[in-house]
Amino acid sequence: MEEIYAKFVSQKIRKTRWRPLPPERLQTAETFATGSWDNEENYVSPWSIGDFGNLDSDGGFEGDHQLLCDIRHHGDVMDLPSFDRERIVTASSTGCVTVFLHHPNNQTLSVNQQWTTAHYHAGPGSPSYSSAPCVGVVCNNPEIVTVGEHDHKEADHKEATRTIDNADSNTFHAVTFLQTPEILTVNSTGQLKTLDFRQQGNELSHILSLTSDRVPLHCVDRHPNQQHVVATGGQDGILSIWDVRQGTMPVSLLKAREAEMWEVHFHPSNPDHLFTCSEDGSLWHWDASTDVPEKLSLFHQGGRSSTFLSQSISNQANVHQSVISSWLSTDPAKHRIETTSLLPSRSLSVNSLDVLDPCLVCGTDAEAIYVTRYLFS
Amino acid sequence: MEELDGEPAVTVIPGVNSKKKQMCFDWGPGEMLVCETSFSKKEKSEMVPSCPFIYIIRKDVDVYSQILRKLFNESHGIFLGLQRIDEELTGKSRKSQLVRVSKNYRSVIRACMEEMHQVAIAAKDPASGRQFSSQVSILSAMELIWNLCEILFIEVAPAGHLLLHLLDWVRLHVCEVDSLSADVLGSENPSNHGSFWNLVTILVLQGRLDEARQMLSKEADASPASAGICRIMGDLMRTMPILSPGNTQTLTELELKWQHWHEECERYLQDSTFATNPHLESLLKIMLGDEAALLEQKELLSNWYHFLVTRLLYSNPTVKPIDLHYYAQSSLDLFLGGESSPEPLDNILLAAFEFDIHQVIKECSIALSNWWFVAHLTDLLDHCKLLQSHNLYFGSNMREFLLLEYASGLFAHPSLWQLGVDYFDYCPKLGRVSLELHIERIPLNTEQKALKVLRICEQRQMTEQVRSICKILAMKAVRNNRLGSALSWSIRAKDAAFATLVSDRFLRDYCERGCFSDLDLIDNLGPAMMLSDRLTFLGKYREFHHMYGEKRFADAASLLLSLMTSRIAPRSFWMTLLTDALPLLEQKQVIFSAEQTYELMQCLEDLTSRRPVRGESDIQQLQDEDIETTKVEMLRLALARNLARAIIREGSLEGS
Repeated sequence: MEEIYAKFVSQKIRKTRWRPLPPERLQTAETFATGSWDNEENYVSPWSIGDFGNLDSDGGFEGDHQLLCDIRHHGDVMDLPSFDRERIVTASSTGCVTVFLHHPNNQTLSVNQQWTTAHYHAGPGSPSYSSAPCVGVVCNNPEIVTVGEHDHKEADHKEATRTIDNADSNTFHAVTFLQTPEILTVNSTGQLKTLDFRQQGNELSHILSLTSDRVPLHCVDRHPNQQHVVATGGQDGILSIWDVRQGTMPVSLLKAREAEMWEVHFHPSNPDHLFTCSEDGSLWHWDASTDVPEKLSLFHQGGRSSTFLSQSISNQANVHQSVISSWLSTDPAKHRIETTSLLPSRSLSVNSLDVLDPCLVCGTDAEAIYVTRYLFS
Repeated sequence: MEELDGEPAVTVIPGVNSKKKQMCFDWGPGEMLVCETSFSKKEKSEMVPSCPFIYIIRKDVDVYSQILRKLFNESHGIFLGLQRIDEELTGKSRKSQLVRVSKNYRSVIRACMEEMHQVAIAAKDPASGRQFSSQVSILSAMELIWNLCEILFIEVAPAGHLLLHLLDWVRLHVCEVDSLSADVLGSENPSNHGSFWNLVTILVLQGRLDEARQMLSKEADASPASAGICRIMGDLMRTMPILSPGNTQTLTELELKWQHWHEECERYLQDSTFATNPHLESLLKIMLGDEAALLEQKELLSNWYHFLVTRLLYSNPTVKPIDLHYYAQSSLDLFLGGESSPEPLDNILLAAFEFDIHQVIKECSIALSNWWFVAHLTDLLDHCKLLQSHNLYFGSNMREFLLLEYASGLFAHPSLWQLGVDYFDYCPKLGRVSLELHIERIPLNTEQKALKVLRICEQRQMTEQVRSICKILAMKAVRNNRLGSALSWSIRAKDAAFATLVSDRFLRDYCERGCFSDLDLIDNLGPAMMLSDRLTFLGKYREFHHMYGEKRFADAASLLLSLMTSRIAPRSFWMTLLTDALPLLEQKQVIFSAEQTYELMQCLEDLTSRRPVRGESDIQQLQDEDIETTKVEMLRLALARNLARAIIREGSLEGS
């Protein structure tokens, strides 16, 4: 990996997200947003990686990302998805959910809509509600689903429509859309839950769980084309691939590091590639696309070795499937997963990453933002 | 105690009247609390309006600068890299690594300085502009000192090369010449520019003789009259022997050649070759190392260390490191000429030239407003094995002491605490205890932050801290009525007492509401169930409910009984358990065997016989007791009937 640009930004970065591309896709990625955490004042800020042709005033060289503007954010930024090309939704540790509007013409951010107490603790013990963090937001225009530590809320872009209280006794950590009415969450006891908004009541449709060791899961992402393939990352640094249609156990477990895996992302247009970042400051690229040549040297190429902990369970059921995802293939003789580390060894956590075509951005607790524009060079 | 090095600075707290009132204070790890007391200084108490505030006084203000945060974060990575340099590496490769590390540190300082400079220029109000400018000058002084230390202590350049390094050092820090040069060369007629000769002189003072020659050739072109002497001067500049890095000539050869060249220059001076041109004449005097001529250029030299280096260049180019301090002291005295006294920076540089590392660090600690500089410099010098284990009277060595101070400053900051952890890790003596003290004081406002703190503690086997963090989180969850989370946290902390407490809450809620909350957790406890007896009971009791729901009555019944006979169930809960047994006793088929029924009866009798006899009781209690008695009666009846049925059934089975 060459040409990774680093910039120190004087705030600990919690989330980084690319701005979505217009449907015609003539452009490449050029702006992303970051949200900070654990600062006295937290900010949401869009950045540009576009070439301005000339050197800017503070000596930043070409290719360096430039701050476009910023706006104060009350509480830590817990999640930061884009609603559409102009709007960003933030989840705050204060339980507040805010929609920010980015005006690209004069480069300013303004609050478009806000639910100040979207999430709160309620119950006999706390007579007046105290705010509870909002841990995740997913958008699927026009719907927004927000996840508190223990409850879900569905809203369209005007008003909150529905709440599912007490969906979990433990703490939710992340959320993603499975198919439009279904969302997928992971929690602090290592459970993967699907939740169907078509169903009435507070019933969860499905609980999948790792083994009995209850290792918390921190992140979840769905395969962009094959919606039943889901990747999760846990506190022990294990990347698990699940097939949500069947079984209650992950299809495979891939050991990365010991530390918490904070985010996992499939590459949106090249889903044989997967990216993870973790608390020990590592950013990894997992490549399942390589076909193993006749003589195989398993897992010990590409810098790091990864170990298959378990492969099993459900490949008999998969046989009649015309396209088997390379992630579900559990036969190590046919596939290997190559991993490469994208950052030099750092010690502080990489909290967030996002990929969009050839570009990747990640933000760390060491207050640096790394951008690369040539992932597959 | 050692004596004080100078008067401590007085900080005035606005709003506090320390003349009239007595103050009180308390030390924190990184800051101090100060408030007024109600005691007045004089005997007769006059009513003075007192200050209602408690002030937090921070000693390390630089930590709060937005731009310096980049310095702290970036240098943290370099620091870690330095700690991981293999101890096995020796000699050249180790030295080159250390020099590289030192250069990295300096480039970070420079980057910071440049950014600060931009901000200072862009600042709207003059006060903050001044503040930023003063920060720029502090950073620039830091870089200057660091660079000199790098040359003298890390690079340890031998005679000859030493001067080349010092020249680079001066050129890097007296850099007005570049803008001047651009200005002069940009004009239509450079040699007529007002600052032309100033420029040439500066170039000569900095030993940039090639550039000076080029400038002279412009003068020669412009005025043919002086072309001849300009050419001679140019030749002198060209032939000055210098040590080039690639050259293999020995020091003696160089000295010999230099002597010849020096004598040649001397001859030209005696011949008055340049008498017609005073500028050239003064250049020649400079090149002869004439102190008076050099001191005439005070304005252009701008400071004494420039004077020192120029003086060495033209009088003793092969100066040995050991002789430096003599030249340094005399240069300082000559340059200041008794007019002004040396500034702190001068003293620091002088101490460096004297190779007195401890003095350098001490002076820097007093003069600079942050610990970053001394902590990192001392650490680097320690890695060069330059600091003999100079034990301080408070327990650790100097490197560790400074790192601890710096890291404590980071911990006082609301978000830089993560950096501090690694610094504590590399303090072998007191690092761990300091970390333990500081980490407990980090406010855990979000769960994510708590997870990060937990990981830091778990990695270092700080069990006490892990327990306390989990307990804080569990308490928070209990307060928010999140029993499930609370239980999870106490399981993570392996805190049996708290798990018992939470389990009791679960059971109490069950008794009140008749149903359990957080089933997804309780049903999936797994081996964690064994943490405390009460938790085991909770889990097993849920298992009983499951069995009952699945109509596995026999299993459910024996589990229920074993919960009581094994004394896992708290006695207060027995009544509930016995009541749960009622529907099983009333089933059509016989579920409890005769023996089991006897045991149940035993349990019931245990419970009723031990009930304390109350003397006086109010109506509510009487009612409660009434209900209790009815329950016991019903149970006794059901037990007796079941016993009868069981005996008959067992008897007839055996008989058949």
